[in-house]
Amino acid sequence: MILPAWNEEEALPGVLDELHAAIPDADFLVVSDGSTDSTARVARRGSTMVLDLPVNLGVGGAMRAGFRFAAREGYDIAVQVDADGQHDPADVQRLVGAVESEEADVVIGARFAGRGSYEVHGPRRWTMAVLSFALSRIAGTRLTDTTSGFRASNRRAIELFAAEYPAEYLGDTVESLVIACRAGLRVRQVGVEMRQRAGGTPSHSPLKAAVFLGRALLALLIALSRPMRKGAKEMTR
Amino acid sequence: MSGYAFAIASCIGLIGFLVVLLRTRRLREKYAIIWMVVGVGLLVLGAFPGTMGTLARAVGVQTPSNLLFAIALIVLLLVCIQLSVEITSLEEESRTLVEEVALLRFDVERMARGLESGRAGSAASAAPEDRGTAQQQEA
Repeated sequence: MILPAWNEEEALPGVLDELHAAIPDADFLVVSDGSTDSTARVARRGSTMVLDLPVNLGVGGAMRAGFRFAAREGYDIAVQVDADGQHDPADVQRLVGAVESEEADVVIGARFAGRGSYEVHGPRRWTMAVLSFALSRIAGTRLTDTTSGFRASNRRAIELFAAEYPAEYLGDTVESLVIACRAGLRVRQVGVEMRQRAGGTPSHSPLKAAVFLGRALLALLIALSRPMRKGAKEMTR
Repeated sequence: MSGYAFAIASCIGLIGFLVVLLRTRRLREKYAIIWMVVGVGLLVLGAFPGTMGTLARAVGVQTPSNLLFAIALIVLLLVCIQLSVEITSLEEESRTLVEEVALLRFDVERMARGLESGRAGSAASAAPEDRGTAQQQEA
């Protein structure tokens, strides 16, 4: 279990306790992404392992560090969970189960796949719809929530992401999926329950939504037109 | 004619400044080269002002100075793009280093814990190798 965390000292202990209780036989790795509060200290308790990045790299950097760790330590499955408690620990087993039952390399915990009551409106929703449509075509399967930070990766995906996880805007979600698809990995999704964030409200201003749309489309187009780095394809065979 | 003398003096001053920066290793050659080319080019133009007129007629620009401005803008644009590219690769390098530092710190902490709890087997056997590589790097 990989939890990228940036200044999450308040939510993190509760989230960790809950995860430990729900999945006792998993190893937990908190990647503290240049946190300026005591995120790394509150995470370092019990059997939880901590990677403390000295500089803030964004989710992409934190996740690549996590995947490198998983690749080096030889884990078979890595599950990425948000550290703010948005994701229900009970869904982890279903994600991991889907990796095995559907022979998928990457399984996304999707918020709009029939379960849960999470809703987004306005331009942000249209953006997500466009991204979902495009990525569904690329992946050859129906994906309804491409910006979810809740996903499980098997050994092949871990090794690919350890080398290729992008640091770009939305790279941790959209572009990483494009990379996975182009490397020939199977991407599937599982509907998950979404809970309210412990603190902070997502912004809804139209301007920000428009910027989100523009940047998301740019990120998608660039990701699609980017030449595959040599070796990425062979590596996953 | 004094305007041309001023231009020539400025170019020589610029090239001299670049050489000083290069000598004191405050500027790497790969960044200096484009400024050197610009300086030498301007030096030639200052010494032979007629070339600009010939050049402008050849590409169909009526006022020679406008051609000069256009070229200057393009060169500056290219330099800015080159610097952005360099920054990107620097960011990627520092990102990789930050990740590696975090992974190494994790290993160090784990080894320290292993030593404390008396299970020092793996840590002790790894230590001499580390010293060996450190010496090699120094030599």
